[in-house]
Amino acid sequence: MSHVNRRLRKEKIAKILMQLSGISITASLFLIVGIILYKGLPYLSWEMISQTPQGGFYIGKSGGILNAILGSLYLASISTALASIIGIPIAIYLNMYVKNGSFFARSVKLLFDVLFGIPSIVYGAIAFSIMIWLGIRASLLGGVITITLLTIPIVVRTIDELLKTIPVDLKNVTVSLGATRWETAKILLRYIKPGIFTALLLAFGRAIGDVAGVLLTTGFSDNLPKYIDEPAATLPLAIFFQLSSPIPEVQGRAYASALVLTFIILFIVICTHILASKQKKHKI
Amino acid sequence: MYTYPGIETEETQDIILPAAPHIQIKDLNVHIEGKHILKNINLDIPNNSVTSIIGPSGCGKTTLLKTLNRLMDDSKNVAVSGSVLVNGEDIYAKDAEVTHIRKKMGLLSQRPFPLPMSIFDNIAYGPRIHGERNKKVLAEIVETQLKNVGLWDEVKDRLDSSATGLSIGQQQRLCLARGLAVQPEIILGDESTSALDPISTQTIENLLIELKKDYTIVLVTHILRQARRVSDYILFVYNGEIVEFGKTEDVLLYPKNEITQQYVKGFIS
Repeated sequence: MSHVNRRLRKEKIAKILMQLSGISITASLFLIVGIILYKGLPYLSWEMISQTPQGGFYIGKSGGILNAILGSLYLASISTALASIIGIPIAIYLNMYVKNGSFFARSVKLLFDVLFGIPSIVYGAIAFSIMIWLGIRASLLGGVITITLLTIPIVVRTIDELLKTIPVDLKNVTVSLGATRWETAKILLRYIKPGIFTALLLAFGRAIGDVAGVLLTTGFSDNLPKYIDEPAATLPLAIFFQLSSPIPEVQGRAYASALVLTFIILFIVICTHILASKQKKHKI
Repeated sequence: MYTYPGIETEETQDIILPAAPHIQIKDLNVHIEGKHILKNINLDIPNNSVTSIIGPSGCGKTTLLKTLNRLMDDSKNVAVSGSVLVNGEDIYAKDAEVTHIRKKMGLLSQRPFPLPMSIFDNIAYGPRIHGERNKKVLAEIVETQLKNVGLWDEVKDRLDSSATGLSIGQQQRLCLARGLAVQPEIILGDESTSALDPISTQTIENLLIELKKDYTIVLVTHILRQARRVSDYILFVYNGEIVEFGKTEDVLLYPKNEITQQYVKGFIS
C-alpha cells in the first residue's frame, strides 16, 4: 500500500514540477511582451513605421524606421529563400542518395550540427573576410550572404529530422512503383510540407532577429534599401542604436521598434500556421 | 550450419512447374548488420499462383520478400549474395536497372499508404512517371484499375478528393490498384491485411485469388488460415532457411518436416 502511495506521490511531484515550469515560461513571455507594449506602445505612430529617419532622428527629432523595417524584411526573406533553395536539396541528398548511416552522411550531419551552434558573430566575421577578399563593402548583399550561411544549417537539420520521421513503408511505395529517388523525394516533400513551413519560419525568425551577423556585414543606412550593394538598415540594429541613446524619447522608440519586430514575427507565425494547417488534409 | 533432419534440397524443389518461372532464387544469402538472415535460399516461385511465405516472427520472411524487389538496397549494412532471376534476368547483376525491375512488381505493404494527392492521381502516379501523358489514356487506366479492385462504384464521384478520406480497407484496395496501374507481372504482399478489418481482409483475399490468373503473387503472412484460404503453394521459412515448400494442402495437412508440423499445429509461432 505504502509503495503505491509513494508512486502516486512521485507522480504528483512530477506533475507539479511540469506545471511550474510551464507557468514560469508563459509568465516570462507575457512579461517580455508586456514590457515591450508598456514602453513602446506610446511611441508607436504611423509616422514611425511610414517614414525614414529625418535629420536628428536619433536625438529625438521626427522620422521613422521604415528603412530598418524594409531592410530587415528584404534581408530575412531573401536569406530564407536562398537557404531553402540550398538547404532542402542538401537534406534530400543526405537522406535519399547517401547510404543511411554511412561515414559521409554522419560526418556531414555532425558538421551541420556544429554550424547550427556557432554564434552569428563568427559567421559575420567569416563573411566579412570573404567580403573584403571579394571586394564587397558592407551592404545588403553582404548581409544576405552572412544570414544565408547562418540559416542553411537550420533548414538542413530541420528538414533532415522531418524526412527521418517518414515511415520506410511510405518511401517504399513510390520506389516499388518504379520511381527514381528524385521522384520519391518530391512525394516525400509533399508529405512534410507543413513541417517545411515550420523550418522556414525558424530560419526566418533567426534571420530577422540577428544582430551580430549583420553588424559587420550589412552596415546601416538612413535611406530605404534600394540597391543590393548598398548598406541597409535592420530592425535589431535600429533597436540597438536607439536603446544606447540617453534621450528617453529615443529609448521609447527603441521599444516601439521592438514592438514592430515582434508584430512582424507574429504575422509570419500566423501565416505559417494557416499555410501548414491547409496541408493537414493530406496527413497520413 | 545446422540442418534439419529429413530435409534435403531436392525435396524442396521437386515440384514440376508448367513454364519457366517468373522468379528463380539461386543461392541467396542475406546478411544484415553481420547477422545471417537468409541462408542459401534456392527456390522457383510458380507462375500464376499464390505462394505464401509463412514462418515465425523474425525468421526472415519479410526480408525474403523485400529481396525480390531490391527494397533492401537502401537499408543499413545489408549484404546480399546469390541471384534472383526475374524472367531470366538477374536483378542483382551489376548492370541491372533497379527502377525497371521494381516496376515489374507491385508491392502491397502492411498498412495502406496513399500518396498525398487525389484518388485519381494516386492511380495515375505510376503511369505518369513512366511517361504516360495522355489524359484520356490515364482516365481509362484509373477506371480499369479501380474496377479491378472493386472500388470504382464507391469512389467514381469523388476521384478528385484526397485519398486519405477513404476508409482503411478502401485505401488498401486503392494501393493495390495503384500497383496494378504500372502493369506489373508480380504482386508482392507483406502481411497486406494485418491492419484491416475482417470484411476488408476478405475483399483483399478474394481479389488476390482472382488476380492470380494474370499475375504471380507472393505473400508474407503470419496467419495460417489466411495462407490456407488464398495460397496454392506454401513456403515455410525457419531461422532464415527454407524448411518446406509445396502445395498448400501438402504443407499444411501433411508436413514432412518436424518443425513444420510443430508450426502448423501451433506449438511454435
